Amino acid sequence: MFKYLKQLTSLVAMVAVLFTFTTETMAAKKSKTLKNTQKKGFVRCGVSQGLPGFSNADAAGNWTGIDVDVCRAVAAAVLGDANKVKFTPLSAKERFTALTSGEIDILSRNTTWTLSRDADIGLTFVGVNFYDGQGFMVRKSSGITSTSQFKDGISACTNIGTTTELNMRDFFNSKGISYEPVAFEKADEVVAAYDAGRCDTYTTDKSGLAAQRTKMSNPDDHIVLPETVSKEPLGPVVRQGDSVWEDIVRWSLNAMIEAEEYGITSANADSMKTSDNPAVKRLVGAEGELGAAFGLDNEWSLRIIKQVGNYGESYKRNIADTGILPDRGPNELWTKGGILYVPPAR
Amino acid sequence: MDLKLQKIIPQLITVLVVVLVFGFFTYNAQINMENRGIDFGYGFLSQESSFDVQFSLIEYDGSHSYFRAYLVGLLNTILVSVIGIIIATILGVIVGVARLSPNYLINQFAAFYVEFFRNIPLLLQIFFWYFAALRALPLPQDADAMLGVFFLTIKGLYVPAFIWENLNVFLYSIIAAIISIVVIRIHARKVQETQGKQLPVFWISVGLIFILPLLSFLIGGVSLSFEIPKLKQLATTSFKYEGGISLPPELIALTLSLALYTATFIAECVRAGIQGVGKGQKEAAASIGLNPNQVLKLVVMPQALRIIIPPTTNQYLNLTKNSSLAAAIAYPDLVLVFAGTALMQTGKAIEIVSITMLTYLSLSISISILMNWYNKKIAIKEK
Repeated sequence: MFKYLKQLTSLVAMVAVLFTFTTETMAAKKSKTLKNTQKKGFVRCGVSQGLPGFSNADAAGNWTGIDVDVCRAVAAAVLGDANKVKFTPLSAKERFTALTSGEIDILSRNTTWTLSRDADIGLTFVGVNFYDGQGFMVRKSSGITSTSQFKDGISACTNIGTTTELNMRDFFNSKGISYEPVAFEKADEVVAAYDAGRCDTYTTDKSGLAAQRTKMSNPDDHIVLPETVSKEPLGPVVRQGDSVWEDIVRWSLNAMIEAEEYGITSANADSMKTSDNPAVKRLVGAEGELGAAFGLDNEWSLRIIKQVGNYGESYKRNIADTGILPDRGPNELWTKGGILYVPPAR
Repeated sequence: MDLKLQKIIPQLITVLVVVLVFGFFTYNAQINMENRGIDFGYGFLSQESSFDVQFSLIEYDGSHSYFRAYLVGLLNTILVSVIGIIIATILGVIVGVARLSPNYLINQFAAFYVEFFRNIPLLLQIFFWYFAALRALPLPQDADAMLGVFFLTIKGLYVPAFIWENLNVFLYSIIAAIISIVVIRIHARKVQETQGKQLPVFWISVGLIFILPLLSFLIGGVSLSFEIPKLKQLATTSFKYEGGISLPPELIALTLSLALYTATFIAECVRAGIQGVGKGQKEAAASIGLNPNQVLKLVVMPQALRIIIPPTTNQYLNLTKNSSLAAAIAYPDLVLVFAGTALMQTGKAIEIVSITMLTYLSLSISISILMNWYNKKIAIKEK
């Protein structure tokens, strides 16, 4: 009988361990994500599998891009070091599951903000870091210069699990054109298939087209058509249910945009502490107690600006200087004719 | 302490642990979903899917429901599995027999094929056939017609469509041919059993299956014409074929790679089966005057099949499950359409993955049941 008693005790112990674990989960503190992140010492960030300008890894495994910079900004704010980020490359199909299951804490992966995604599936969008729209790429030799020249039977390559797949249907239906959708799981496969001639056109967000075009065997053979067929506001996403973490990510992004508005750059941030403008002083942590609301210190935004730079610096470094989209278009500040407008940090 | 109790306690504990662990995960999943505001339910299946699918056996577009999209994916999975199984079986039997051929060149070639294809990961083979072979195919405007009517291009294989008139008469003639063949076979067997005479059943069967349908053309009013695919210009350098039937390159690449890969395993099963029949059996059969064909058909194969069927069933199951790699090359199978696009658009991860798992389970079990039934049928019937 003792033999079984021993087995039983270990079993009871195991079950007890499991249940303590559960009660811990239920009694989640105000921001469990923040606590866990500080305990782990790095921010867990989901990015794309390689989209130049947005999130792309070089040969040494260093990630760059404006989506990457959002995660770096959060790391700078929360942990004090913009390099303390663990990047997880995700396909379009995997991204939301990775976030809702808790594998990552921020999804910053050129993801379109839509009602159903925001409301339905346990996600919360915190803002927009790139205003985009869906477009089409074709081979120059095809002679097509506008989507109005598309004919019945055209085959279009794209990614599965994207808003692109739905917009494409809306677009072709509204024009009354029959089409053949060829949808792949990975962006690289879409590019390879289109490049090989499997499809007549390749459709995704215009920024994505511009970035992927650089990966084609001969980029000059392809053009992006001028029409934009949808609204694609891209931005970072967090899990629903942790409003403090949500605020931290939202304001990390907002701080970068507002810093550009007030002309604070990574180079001059320290000297701005003595500025006459109280808004500037608040952003560099010389005035007010803005960080306290998230449980952070007062220099959270200063660290973002110093280590990552303001939005304009990030855009220039990742998208303009790499030749992907030199013209900022709608992604210019509202004061300069764009639509980037964030609530005041005060 | 009595022995019975000793036996029961560990079993009870095992059951308890399984229930507790399962309960723990279910409970946790519920709490987590509640915390994140995710609803659980299958109601989404009747909602409009609003995405299109490239290739479907039933009528479907984005205005149909998610359930319909599920059916589209399921049928595409079944299609690729059935074609794959048929090709893999034929190829596997040929290669398996070829490996036992006394001809050095043939058996070495078969051995090379088996070793080559079964030792390269399937996903790589799929990529090879899709991306490498695809690039090697001509664009539609450059494609030469094969036999004047087939066009193999980078956008797919275009074959002529049949246009029938009085198709039902033609089908009746085939049914009539099959029935008469069965009747003749039964009669021939009786003749052989009572009089020891062998009738030329094979040639009679061949004759019937050709002559009856031919008669339906000549006097039954059946006629057949072909719709040959025609080149259509979409833009200056962009073409496609219209009319006829088009098979997408994704389907071809997937079927080909699945069949070539699985055939190697089936070939080994076949070889094992034939070699597993005792040499004495063949010699005994020959000594009572059966010719080599009859030895193979009446003595070797019935015994070999008993060895071949069970492992081959496994290969059929593998092929069906491996077809889920379709997602890599855009073939709209169950995983791509339902566990891919539909999951993304609805966010119903647990529901969709559970349905998909159950579906594969049912498919596999159906194949198992079918093959077990066949296995029982050919097993030794002990009297």
